Amino acid sequence: MSLDISAIKADFPMLKRQIDGKRLVYLDSAATSQKPNAVLDAMDNYYRHSYASVNRGAYRIAAEATDLLDEARASVARFINAPNVHEVIFTKNATESMNLVAHSWGRANLGAGDVVVLTEMEHHANIVPWQMLREALDIELRWIPITESGELDLSNLDVLLDGAKLVSVTAMSNVLGTLNPIRRIADAAHAAGAVMVADASQYVPHLPTDVTELGVDAMVFTGHKMLGPTGVGVLWGTTELLEAMPPFLGGGDMIMQVTKEGFTTNNLPHKFEAGTPNIAEIIGLGAAVKYLEGLGMDAVREHEVSLTAYAMRTLTERFGADLTIHGPAEPAGRGGVLSFAYKDVHPHDISQVLDQHNVCVRAGHHCAKPLMQVMGVGSTARASMYVYNDETDVDALADAIESADDIFGMEI
Amino acid sequence: MAGLEDLYKEIILDHYRNPRNRGELETPPALKAEGFNPLCGDEIVVYLDVDDDGVIQQVATGGQGCSISQSSASMMSAAIKGKTVAEARAITDSFKGMMSIHESGLDKESAGNKLDLSMGDLSALKGVVKFPVRIKCATLSWNTLLQALEDASL
Repeated sequence: MSLDISAIKADFPMLKRQIDGKRLVYLDSAATSQKPNAVLDAMDNYYRHSYASVNRGAYRIAAEATDLLDEARASVARFINAPNVHEVIFTKNATESMNLVAHSWGRANLGAGDVVVLTEMEHHANIVPWQMLREALDIELRWIPITESGELDLSNLDVLLDGAKLVSVTAMSNVLGTLNPIRRIADAAHAAGAVMVADASQYVPHLPTDVTELGVDAMVFTGHKMLGPTGVGVLWGTTELLEAMPPFLGGGDMIMQVTKEGFTTNNLPHKFEAGTPNIAEIIGLGAAVKYLEGLGMDAVREHEVSLTAYAMRTLTERFGADLTIHGPAEPAGRGGVLSFAYKDVHPHDISQVLDQHNVCVRAGHHCAKPLMQVMGVGSTARASMYVYNDETDVDALADAIESADDIFGMEI
Repeated sequence: MAGLEDLYKEIILDHYRNPRNRGELETPPALKAEGFNPLCGDEIVVYLDVDDDGVIQQVATGGQGCSISQSSASMMSAAIKGKTVAEARAITDSFKGMMSIHESGLDKESAGNKLDLSMGDLSALKGVVKFPVRIKCATLSWNTLLQALEDASL
């Protein structure tokens, strides 16, 4: 079943906004997505009608708030097909989730000379926490290289995995849109005796996700890229892995018992959720998940493949060799993230010109500087699409790119 | 609303397409500093040959970035070449004053104006203030210049 995009657009108040009498063309969902009324209403309802703290308090409102939070956790677990609801840990964002894994699992399991394998297309959130561990513990980092077409080069995978303790790979590149073969890498990692982690920040919002099919031990993603609010992220891990990990932050909620002599940790998921959580945001994320389930993630993926194909075709037909799209050429092998270069116009200047047409794209290094170095560029312009985008948005993008010629096309 | 013509003035695009003093100087004797804009990945390298009298005899700039950061670097190099370190600092103060988004900063007479230093081509960058996100692009090379002077205790 295909999506009714005009009906979807109507669910998003931000997309009704006009600037200079013209509509907004929002193509920056890889940075953050817009929010539907369902998410805003869920958070508003909590604050206005059911507001109390959670996991404590015998009064009915407190129980109601706890129910809302538990329901959101169950929704997220169902959305990624987690075998157990208590395997869903709420954090601040994907970055915090990855830092949790690095700090907790890393410090308990890694020592000098131990190997962690990353890829050249990782976001800084999946690089810097491991570099911090390298500084602290003297571990070794290895990098799976990328090919010319922006895919992982797995030809040397066995050598890279030899002796590895942990492998952490993005499921979908936030710059190239590349969908990586997580299952294949996970199987190889396990065969080498390593733990497998996926950064699914760009994956979970856009594709049907089943953690058991992906074969990973842990997976991180964030709420605000999947129609949810900022301030809530998720760490999913197998019960076995999470049980064996020491706590990350200490404080309220994460303890079973505290005496002057020490403490014991609470059960999952509370063990990793110290302090009052971002309750409203978690409830908002639960509503976002239900909204996406209502659309159907198969339909979401189908829509994005078809829109990505349209965008690649349109940009290629209109600009030919003047425009380069980075990453895989086949829409089926990528997500709706199009990093591009237009003539020799700097990405910052492109995005400035596009803004004049209310076309919102991101310009910069996309928190992936090592990838930029491998690609030999300082930055890229990136248009990224989601459920509320359609062909008119792509056409508006193309028109706006063309208008850059008015300023940068002339010979001086 | 500020139009793009306020930002992309012809003189700016000229400096972007035909940057002045682009290149490298041998270090030492030249001073060298690198500046980064961590938000967008732009990089600027500034080289200075300062003689014993404190006169900037040679300037060179390298790196890569957008039209605003590159043209500003080009204009900066042209504006400080042959000037004393004190004059270069004064021009920098004037320029950064012009880049201030605070109205009071725009009206206030800065040290540079008191010295009656002409902003010349630099005044073309005044429109950048209307695009606050781009101010960092315009000031990157100037902050890198200050860094080079500071590193050498000049």
